[in-house]
Amino acid sequence: MALLAYTVRRLLMLIPVLLGMSLIVFAIIHAIPGDPALTILGEKASPQALADLREQLGLNNPWYTQYFHYLANLLKGDLGVSLHSKAPITVEMGPYLAATFELTLVSMLFAVFIGVNAGIISAWKQNSWFDYICMLIALIGVSMPVFWLGLMEQWVFAQELKWLPSIGRDNPRDPVAEITHFYIIDTILAGRWDHFRDVVEHLILPGVALGTIPMAIIARITRSSMLEVMRSDYIRTARAKGLGQFFVVYKHALKNALIPVLTIVGVQVGLLIGGAVLTETIFGWPGVGRYIYTAIGNRDYPVIQSGILIIATIFVLINLVVDLLYAYVDPRIKYR
Amino acid sequence: MAETHVQTVPVKRMDEPISSPWRDALRILRKNKMAIIGFCIILFFVLLAILAPVITPYEYDKGELVDKNLPPSAEHWFGTDYNGRDVFTRVIYGAQISLRVGLFAVIGSVVAGTFLGLLAGYYGRWIDTLISRLFDIMLAFPSILLAIAIVAILGPSLENALLAIAIVNVPTYGRLVRSRVLSLKEEEYVMAAKAIGSKHSHIIIQHILPNSLAPIIVTGTLGIATAIIEAAALGFLGLGAQPPQPEWGLMLSDSRQYIQKAPWTVIFPGLSIMLTVLGFNLIGDGLRDALDPRMKN
Amino acid sequence: MKKKVLTAAMTSLLALSMALAGCSSSQPAQQPTDQGQAQQTPPATEPAKNGPKQLIIGRGADTKTLDPIRETDGETFKVTENIYETLVSYEDTNTTVIPGLAESWEISEDGLTYTFKLRQGVKFHDGNDFNAEAVKFNFDRWMDKSNKYHNPEGFPYYTDMFGGYKGDPDHVIKEVKVVDSHTVQFILNRTQAPFLANLGMSPFAIASPKAIEGGKLGDEPVGTGPFKFAGWKRNDIITLEKNPDYWNKEYPKLDKVIFKVIPENTARLTALTSGEIDLMDGLNPDDAEAVKENKDLQLIMRPSMNVGYLAFNTEKKPFDNPKVRQAISHAINKPEMVKAFYSGLGEPATNPMPPSLWGYNDQIKDREYNLDEAKKLLAEAGFPNGFKVQFLAMPVPRPYIPDGKKMAEAIQQNLQKIGIQAEIVTMEWATYLEKTRQGEYEMCLLGWTGDNGDPDNFLYTLLDKNTINGNNIPRYSNEEVHQILLKAQSATDQKERETLYKKAQELIFNDAPLVPIAHSTPPIAAKAGVTGYQPHPKGSESVEKVDIQ
Repeated sequence: MALLAYTVRRLLMLIPVLLGMSLIVFAIIHAIPGDPALTILGEKASPQALADLREQLGLNNPWYTQYFHYLANLLKGDLGVSLHSKAPITVEMGPYLAATFELTLVSMLFAVFIGVNAGIISAWKQNSWFDYICMLIALIGVSMPVFWLGLMEQWVFAQELKWLPSIGRDNPRDPVAEITHFYIIDTILAGRWDHFRDVVEHLILPGVALGTIPMAIIARITRSSMLEVMRSDYIRTARAKGLGQFFVVYKHALKNALIPVLTIVGVQVGLLIGGAVLTETIFGWPGVGRYIYTAIGNRDYPVIQSGILIIATIFVLINLVVDLLYAYVDPRIKYR
Repeated sequence: MAETHVQTVPVKRMDEPISSPWRDALRILRKNKMAIIGFCIILFFVLLAILAPVITPYEYDKGELVDKNLPPSAEHWFGTDYNGRDVFTRVIYGAQISLRVGLFAVIGSVVAGTFLGLLAGYYGRWIDTLISRLFDIMLAFPSILLAIAIVAILGPSLENALLAIAIVNVPTYGRLVRSRVLSLKEEEYVMAAKAIGSKHSHIIIQHILPNSLAPIIVTGTLGIATAIIEAAALGFLGLGAQPPQPEWGLMLSDSRQYIQKAPWTVIFPGLSIMLTVLGFNLIGDGLRDALDPRMKN
Repeated sequence: MKKKVLTAAMTSLLALSMALAGCSSSQPAQQPTDQGQAQQTPPATEPAKNGPKQLIIGRGADTKTLDPIRETDGETFKVTENIYETLVSYEDTNTTVIPGLAESWEISEDGLTYTFKLRQGVKFHDGNDFNAEAVKFNFDRWMDKSNKYHNPEGFPYYTDMFGGYKGDPDHVIKEVKVVDSHTVQFILNRTQAPFLANLGMSPFAIASPKAIEGGKLGDEPVGTGPFKFAGWKRNDIITLEKNPDYWNKEYPKLDKVIFKVIPENTARLTALTSGEIDLMDGLNPDDAEAVKENKDLQLIMRPSMNVGYLAFNTEKKPFDNPKVRQAISHAINKPEMVKAFYSGLGEPATNPMPPSLWGYNDQIKDREYNLDEAKKLLAEAGFPNGFKVQFLAMPVPRPYIPDGKKMAEAIQQNLQKIGIQAEIVTMEWATYLEKTRQGEYEMCLLGWTGDNGDPDNFLYTLLDKNTINGNNIPRYSNEEVHQILLKAQSATDQKERETLYKKAQELIFNDAPLVPIAHSTPPIAAKAGVTGYQPHPKGSESVEKVDIQ
């Protein structure tokens, strides 16, 4: 019951945050110096086109009217229309979001799988060579500028060795047919294993680049929390009972050490979605980060507004889910 | 290079016997090999930055096109870039920029964050609610995205990138100070000070600030690392430093197309970012172990 | 040598770290060959030796719709030009009109009746015949707002080029008449000199009436062009296939054309160097050098259809004096500018219109860079010691002036040498446009990109007294030039128009209301094996003649 009440409370607390976010994002379009309409249309603008755009953007109304109008549209699920492509943003955003999610999930899987295992083995074989090397890599990984790592990967594995493709999600000469916009799922649904291979090949370089920092962080956290758990009484008891080392480590210790890891994973997923803009730019990945970045270049303000708002909302929701999971997994937590 | 002098202050301060916990911390820190390595890395970059005009005979913004994309040699240790400029020179002048941006962005965030955090924690009520909600909202945006948005408004330049990074990180320090203040408010000596009618400003300066210093220093050191990466990321996206500034991120994006022909133009600026960030991370970790064991995960 | 070692070291380092990360490829690490550039066969992306010939074109943004009347942007036309054709066409490198879907035409004495003989045996991709009815159907759709197939948001290019819709006072086309199945007649309300040139513009492409009636032209285009539509993944790729029934049996050479969106210019170049695409536009001028030096790539220049200039406010002192303007024009070293600020991808400009347009006056010899001459003229004008002036520099890169601030600095240095102290002022772009249009400036940088390849689109638009407060930034008002430009607008004889525009350029050159600085030529990069690609000055073209090895 307490958990349910906590969930409801947390959900209610989201409302002012979301409202505040929408206000900040709304302020962006108002903070542009000069006439946004002329900024957008440029030197070929006719007076008529300028007047039309001002009307379309609602620039003739007072700001609070504009904000409430914007908010009302948001509640209806209308994110506005892209000035550049003139398509509704809600429609355009779908495939981009899917692309970003796919990339984020793959890099998170990579990060969790490698990070957790490296962390466990390091803790298990504390002060061994493996431990030192893993922790050194983790240290470097935490300090790695993603964009540099991405460039280096692209150079070595795509441009020099030509093992892997350098950009995009699929092979343009033989594109994947989109169903769900998640290409891995799409290729499986279509039963196209050659496409599946293509898609996986395209995911490796950006996935590794994006996943390196969380991998390093997860490895470090797993190691330190494993060390703590392994020192605790019941693990010693388990060992004393003669349970195999491997079994003890992976079953008992891991279960308890995973709680802090879970929190970090949640935080990192949110950060990755936001931070994907750099990886997506380098690897020509048609994701939402790049969508926003391109929109900044095009002065496509409705897209910038909505893109940031959507990402921030997802970020907030993921954090909420993690907090709830945390509360569920670890009953000791106080429902603040 | 007045600003780079400031750089060493937090560490230098350890030497002065302020109070015994600080001395203890220093002792622990000295034993921490990793922190020493980190300190050496940063010292190295600070020296490079300060001595840049002495070390290199070249200028960071002047090159001869005939010398373009030369490989590393005795004359050009890190080779030359697409404009024939010496990459080593650009990298060490770039150290000036990155260290400065990292430090000042963090100082900005710390000052603003401490002020807001004190305000919220000490006075409470609606001020607290207002400030805390503002922090919640700002933290709801992924920081790099918020920084991009701010620069999109202000226009791309190094100064605006610095400002954006500072703004984005304010809530981190604000929250930290606020929670510290909340717990200290209940401490006996603060209650006592209040009871004998000390002024608010006196209580804050004498009791609360010194006791909030340790976590701020730890978070701030790690924050410099983050700020340097963020500044380089903005530079890489063309939203930070502008040519011909030798900012590391900008150098990466400018030299990107020559990566096959002249990989040194991309390798060295990137390595420098990584090393500086590594250095600050190591110091930060060490400081955390020494000053505030509770913060350890 | 150093580089090889470095490359190898970095390669093995990264390979090692990836192996440690547990995701390395099972292939053994191959050391790069000589030069550090491993020329290995790329992954299965290369077309099979005897398989279909494909060309992948990388570009910055997606097409918005494949119904060309609904959009005005270049990305749309890049694709539609391969699918549809127009009645008349342009020569490959300039805007001279040549036959298209119409084999020949006759113009009546009074210039009000155009009779077109249409090409026989041409079929739309859906199998329907192309004939006079189809032409009429398309024009009726465009010109009549009440036509049920008219675009609800209008057809901006139509009103711009043909003076409005049916019923508007200035509308050019009175009627389109079907004479017989392959003869169509246009009756005009008034004479319009660039009428033929306008018909060749990409938006006036003839689509299959059946497809128009189907209402899905924007998503499933049907024309008569060398390629037919095969598929579209929004914001990613558009696929076109060879039209086997194309009337010109020589073309197309390719079996498949794919337009791939890669927004970042550098990422697109990376894709080209690693073989994932075959051709790209939107190359950064700075990268042109890298492309030129890469033996696997070739650099192709699109002929210019723009001009970047330095404008004087001719209404303000001291720029109301032509001598001052001429003096400054002598003080600007154009070839140096082109070298420094266009990376050499452009040509010094003499006239306010580019040489790729017909009617360009190549008899005019530009004022050479000569500081003594400049000082002399300045003294004659009564400013032997120069003067102070405010100089607006563009805040944003434009195709015609890639870096306004840097160029302004260079000009500032030159002007200093003849005693003119220019203070560079810059402001945000929208305000900049507003101020320069309203004449709230003394000296500024700006430029223009052409729309239809007609000299009118440059000379009248930029320098007629009717366009003051619009694009006539120098606020240049010369009655003689005005009369010539108006006459050239209504004349129908090509020769006569040419003479008139050449005369106008002469007068403008003498008055020097602006100093044309350069015509930039946008660079395009392609794989070395791509042949027959000829970019057109208007910004887009069909790739029917392109072949790939």
